[in-house]
Amino acid sequence: MNSEFKSDGRLERVLRSGRFAVTAELNPPDSADPEEVYQAALVLSEVCDGINATDGSGAHCHMSSVAICALLTRAGYAPIFQVSCRDRNRIAIQGDVLGAAAMGVSNVLCLTGDDVTAGDQPQAKRVFDFDSIQLLRTIKIMRDKGMFLSGRKLTTPPRLFLGAASNPFVPPYDWRPYRLAKKIEAGADFIQSQYCFDVPRFRQFMQKVRDLGLHEQAFFLVGVGPLRSEKAAEFMRTKVPGVHIPDNIVERLRKTPKEKKVEEGKRICVEIIQQVREIEGVSGVHVMAYRQEELVAEIISEAGLLPRPRIGGLSAQDSKVRPRRGNRVNGV
Amino acid sequence: MKFGQWLQNHPHFLEQTYGLTHRVFTMLDPLIAKLGYERVDHWLRGPEEFAKRIVFDCRMCGQCILHSTGMTCSMSCPKNLRNGPCGGVRANGYCEVFPDKPCVWVQAYNRSLEMPLYGDEILVIEPPVNRSLEGSSAWINMLTGQDKVTPKAWESIEIIPLAEK
Repeated sequence: MNSEFKSDGRLERVLRSGRFAVTAELNPPDSADPEEVYQAALVLSEVCDGINATDGSGAHCHMSSVAICALLTRAGYAPIFQVSCRDRNRIAIQGDVLGAAAMGVSNVLCLTGDDVTAGDQPQAKRVFDFDSIQLLRTIKIMRDKGMFLSGRKLTTPPRLFLGAASNPFVPPYDWRPYRLAKKIEAGADFIQSQYCFDVPRFRQFMQKVRDLGLHEQAFFLVGVGPLRSEKAAEFMRTKVPGVHIPDNIVERLRKTPKEKKVEEGKRICVEIIQQVREIEGVSGVHVMAYRQEELVAEIISEAGLLPRPRIGGLSAQDSKVRPRRGNRVNGV
Repeated sequence: MKFGQWLQNHPHFLEQTYGLTHRVFTMLDPLIAKLGYERVDHWLRGPEEFAKRIVFDCRMCGQCILHSTGMTCSMSCPKNLRNGPCGGVRANGYCEVFPDKPCVWVQAYNRSLEMPLYGDEILVIEPPVNRSLEGSSAWINMLTGQDKVTPKAWESIEIIPLAEK
């Protein structure tokens, strides 16, 4: 793996130092009050190495990803800026990437994005000017060649750790490792996967990933999260695009008495973390606890992932919030 | 659409037809150049759209990559994805957006496996779409090289290097 650091961020350092990384998703507020972002970040910051700011996930409108990232960097946190191709064309996206980097963002996650029909405004126009792979490559070009896609020069290129998503749990299963290979070739430095509830299938996927040598080219973080009840599980697997939950997990929740369901959902999540951690090629976990943020710290703690390594200060904080020209951080 | 579907389920035949048409157009290139690419483009648009719509549900992006996508039109994917399936594919292999339609990329991948000539090209990383070619004849753009023009800073990757395939 390339030893030269591509960003000034904490996530890249934790991963490159060989430590098991933890990232968590922040549920963006439907509000113009920055305090709500800070409240949501507070419960995550001490237990993870990066906070994902979602970009209209599920095609629902919330506070924008770039604004949340800007707020978080101001407070010294390490956000992961999620960019989806659904809402913006190449002109808007390249500008946002520069803006985010200027605000101190070190990580970008490139996504295709859920379709507009998944949200509450299905009348909206789909953009999809790029696909996620073209988006990755474009940001890589901005970073490495110091140019916009048009060839126009940047006076200071952004220093970014590039991420991509992977979903091993939906068809065509055989193709998924190759899709991942394309993303890595296009520029992905780290991968955050969709929710993993099916560990045997994930093992199969990782076997192929290792056969292709991909685990040595990018860091793989497995998506995990707690289920509140069998009803929540049923909702997620039928209504949320791309989420696969095997029957045995739903059954396990159904058999649990009502007052213990939340606890059981959490236990399942912790078990999955412990299982995937043992799989060769897994570099970390990405915790997504939609409307159950209060559980994130407990899950990470019970999975034995605390304390988080203190690289350059507090957890989830960048040692160097504002990278300046000519004064780069090149090592841990 | 019945006839089109039947044809699409014979991807090897389609890739052979593609190869043949490619040769014919390359042979005719001097003649087309003499007539003027723009003029021939105007003649060809209608018939090309008609035929490709019946068989492939073509969207006339003007930069056809059918042979790299299992002879399945990737622009008919609601997200216009040119490099593979999104993460929203349903467990039965159907589309996230249209639950009653099979995922374009599931079909593309399966068909690419039956294409000895161009099947491996599904591993090519496709550059961003040139939206200004929309509506024009892809065959003429192939002859003029317009369909290969990428944004200036774009770095083309042919087939991705893999440890094993």
